[in-house]
Amino acid sequence: MDTPETTTGRRLGPALLDATISAGIAFLLFCLLLGVRTVDSVTGITLQPRPILLAVVVGLVFFGRLALNLFWWDRDWTFPALPFLPKKQGDGASSAANEANRLGLILVAFAVLFPIVAYLLNTAFGLHLPLRYWFDLSILVLTYVMLGWGLNIVVGLAGLLDLGYVAFYAVGAYSFAIISAHFGWSFWMCLPIAGILAALWGIMLGFPVLRLRGDYLAIVTLAFGEIVRIVLQNWTDVTGGPNGISNIPGPSFFGLDFGLRAENSFHAFFGLRYDPLYGTMWLYYIILVMALITNFVTLRLRRLPMGRAWEALREDEIACRSLGINTTVTKLSAFATGALFGGFAGSFFAARQSFISPESFTFIESAIILAIVVLGGMGSQLGVAIAAAVMIGGFEALRHTDSLQLIFGQGFDPALYRMLFFGLAMVAIMIWRPRGLVSTRAPSITLRKGKAAIAGELVGEGRA
Amino acid sequence: MSTAPLLNVEHLTMRFGGLVAVDDVSFAAERGQITALIGPNGAGKTTVFNCITGFYKPSEGMIALTHASGRRFLLERLDDHAINAKAKVARTFQNIRLFPGMTALENLMVAQHERLTATAGLTLGALFGLKRFHAAERQAVELASHWLERIGLIDQADNAAGNLSYGDQRRLEIARAMCTRPELLCLDEPAAGLNARESDSLNALLRTICAEENTAILLIEHDMSVVMTISDHIIVLDHGAIIADGPPQAVREDEAVIAAYLGVPDEEVEDAEREVGL
Repeated sequence: MDTPETTTGRRLGPALLDATISAGIAFLLFCLLLGVRTVDSVTGITLQPRPILLAVVVGLVFFGRLALNLFWWDRDWTFPALPFLPKKQGDGASSAANEANRLGLILVAFAVLFPIVAYLLNTAFGLHLPLRYWFDLSILVLTYVMLGWGLNIVVGLAGLLDLGYVAFYAVGAYSFAIISAHFGWSFWMCLPIAGILAALWGIMLGFPVLRLRGDYLAIVTLAFGEIVRIVLQNWTDVTGGPNGISNIPGPSFFGLDFGLRAENSFHAFFGLRYDPLYGTMWLYYIILVMALITNFVTLRLRRLPMGRAWEALREDEIACRSLGINTTVTKLSAFATGALFGGFAGSFFAARQSFISPESFTFIESAIILAIVVLGGMGSQLGVAIAAAVMIGGFEALRHTDSLQLIFGQGFDPALYRMLFFGLAMVAIMIWRPRGLVSTRAPSITLRKGKAAIAGELVGEGRA
Repeated sequence: MSTAPLLNVEHLTMRFGGLVAVDDVSFAAERGQITALIGPNGAGKTTVFNCITGFYKPSEGMIALTHASGRRFLLERLDDHAINAKAKVARTFQNIRLFPGMTALENLMVAQHERLTATAGLTLGALFGLKRFHAAERQAVELASHWLERIGLIDQADNAAGNLSYGDQRRLEIARAMCTRPELLCLDEPAAGLNARESDSLNALLRTICAEENTAILLIEHDMSVVMTISDHIIVLDHGAIIADGPPQAVREDEAVIAAYLGVPDEEVEDAEREVGL
C-alpha cells in the first residue's frame, strides 16, 4: 500500500499538466472577457487593460484545478461521519448519491460561513465590499431556494402541477402583516400562525381540484393564485388594497432590535458599534435556517409512508388506490405541506421588506418558482437549490453585464432583455437536459449498499 | 371460522349508458381456492373485476366479502382504497401498473402504507424518530425481502421497477399485491405475455400463495393451459352473462363454452337464421 504522500507525489506530474491546460483555456476565455474593459473617454470608447485581474483569475483556475486533482478527485480519505447526517452506505460504489450529499454539505457550509467571513474580512481589511448588496441578494436567493423546495413537495414529489404557488406565499405574508398590525404580535409568534393559515388554504385549494391532474390542475391552480391576488387588491378594509401594508416589524434577535435608536438594541446589548449590516445578517441566517428546515423535513418525509405515498401518487394514481392508499388524504397532505413552507417564506418576506402589496404576488412569481423546480430537476433538492441560485443570481448578473454594450452599442440596457435571456436559457436547458439539472432520483430506501440513482426517464411526472 | 364463501357476488349488473357490460351475474369464490373467470374478449371479465375492486360502482347487485374471522364487507359500498385497506382485497392490472421510477423494494414498501402509517403517529411522530415506527419499518422491509426472495428478485431489490424485464414486472406486481396481506387476490391476466417456462413458475407461485398464505385467488386468464392446470373452479362469461360455472373438467366439456369460444356448426346457424326469418 502506498502512503498518501507517495501517491500524491506520483500524481503531481499529470495534475500539473492538467492544471496548466485549464489555466491556458481560462486565459483564452478571460483575456477578452475580463482582461480588457471599455471606458468612456473624450475620444470615444477606449480599451483599458486589466492584467492583474486576469492574472488573479487564471491563477485561481490553475491552483484550484491543481488542488482538485491532488486532493479531491482521487482522494483516499472521506469526510468524517456526522451524527445528524444519514449513515453513509457502502464505499466508493455509492458515488452518485454521496457525491451529491457532499456537494450539498459544502454548499451548506459555505452558506453558513459566507456572511460572517465576508463581514470580518471587510472590517478587518477595510475592503469596502458591497456587503449590503451581497447579503440582500443572498437573502433573495435563499427565499427562492426555500420556495422552490416547498413547491418541490407538490410538483416534484406528488406530481401535482401547481401554477398558483404564490398564493400561499401571499397568504403567509398577509397573515403576518395583518396579525402584527392588529394585535402587535411579533414575527416569531406570527410565523407558525402564518404557516398554518397557508396550509389551511392549501387544503381549501386541494378539495375542489382532487379529481384533476396535469394540465387541468395547472389551470385551476393558476386561477386560484389570481383569485388570491385580486382579493388582496380589492379587499381594501383588511389588506389596504393596492396600497398594501407598511411598517411591518422585522424579526427580533431574542427580543433585541436592530434599529439605531431601538430600546433594546442589539448593538447596545453586545457593546458593538452600530452597523445596519447586523440586521441584514440576522435576516440571512433566519432564511437560511428556514430553508434548511424545509429541506430536512422534505428529505425525512420522503422516507416516511406519507412521502412514499406522494411519490407513488406521482408514478401511478390508480395503482395507489388499489394498494389501499387514500389518494384524497395524500393529495391534500402534499398541498398542505407545500403551502406550509410557502407561508413561512411569505411571512419572512413581509418581515424583511416591511412593506407588502399585491404587486409582489403576481403570476410571474409562481412561474419563476415553478421554473426553478423544473430546471433543477423535479424532486431533486440539490438541483432546485442550484437552479434558484443560477436563476435569481443570473437575473442580477445581467444587470451588470455592461460588456454587452460593446456588442450592441451604447444605448443597450441588458436589464430590459432579462426575460429574453431567461427564455433562451430555459429553452437551451430543456433541449440538453430535459429532466432538469439533476435528473436522477435517489431511492428512499435500499436493501444493499452502494445503490446508484434511478434514471430520470423512468420517473413519472404525474401527468397520466 | 365463518362458513359463508369468501366472495359472494349476487345479481351484479353494470351498465355504461345503454351498454350492459355485465348482466345479472352471480357467483361465489371459496376460501383456499383458485377461481378463474374466463370468456372471450369483451365478455365483461375486467368489468366484474373493476366492480369487485371498487374501480366501478356497480349499477345493481351485491358483492359480499366474508373474512375468515367472520367480518363481512359489502364491497359495493366501500371506497376503492378501503376495499384494499379494510376488506383486504388486492389486485393486479391487465397492463402492469407498477411505480416504474421507484425501486422494487420501494414498490413493496408503498404496498405496506396502511400498516406503516398506523405506527407513524400522524407522520409527525415518525418525523421526529418514533421508536414504534422504526420497528414497523424493519418488519415491512423484512416482509418485502421475503416476497422478493419468493419471486426470485431479491438481487434486483434496489433496481427501478421500470428497468425489470416484463416477466419480472408481472411477478413483482403480484408480490406488491401480496404485501398488503390480502384475503382475496384478484389477478387480471397474470400470464399474458409470459413464455412457457415463466408461465409454469407463475403457476407454482400462485398455488403456493393459495396454499400457504391463506389467500384465495380470483383470476382472469386467456391462457387455457394455465386456467385448466391451476383453477379449482371456473366461471365462464360471454356477453356479460355467465354461461358455465363449475370445476375445470365440466367446463371444458360444456357445449355452450365451446360454442362461445369456437363458434357453432354451420347447420345450427342456418337453423337459427330460419327461426328469425333471415
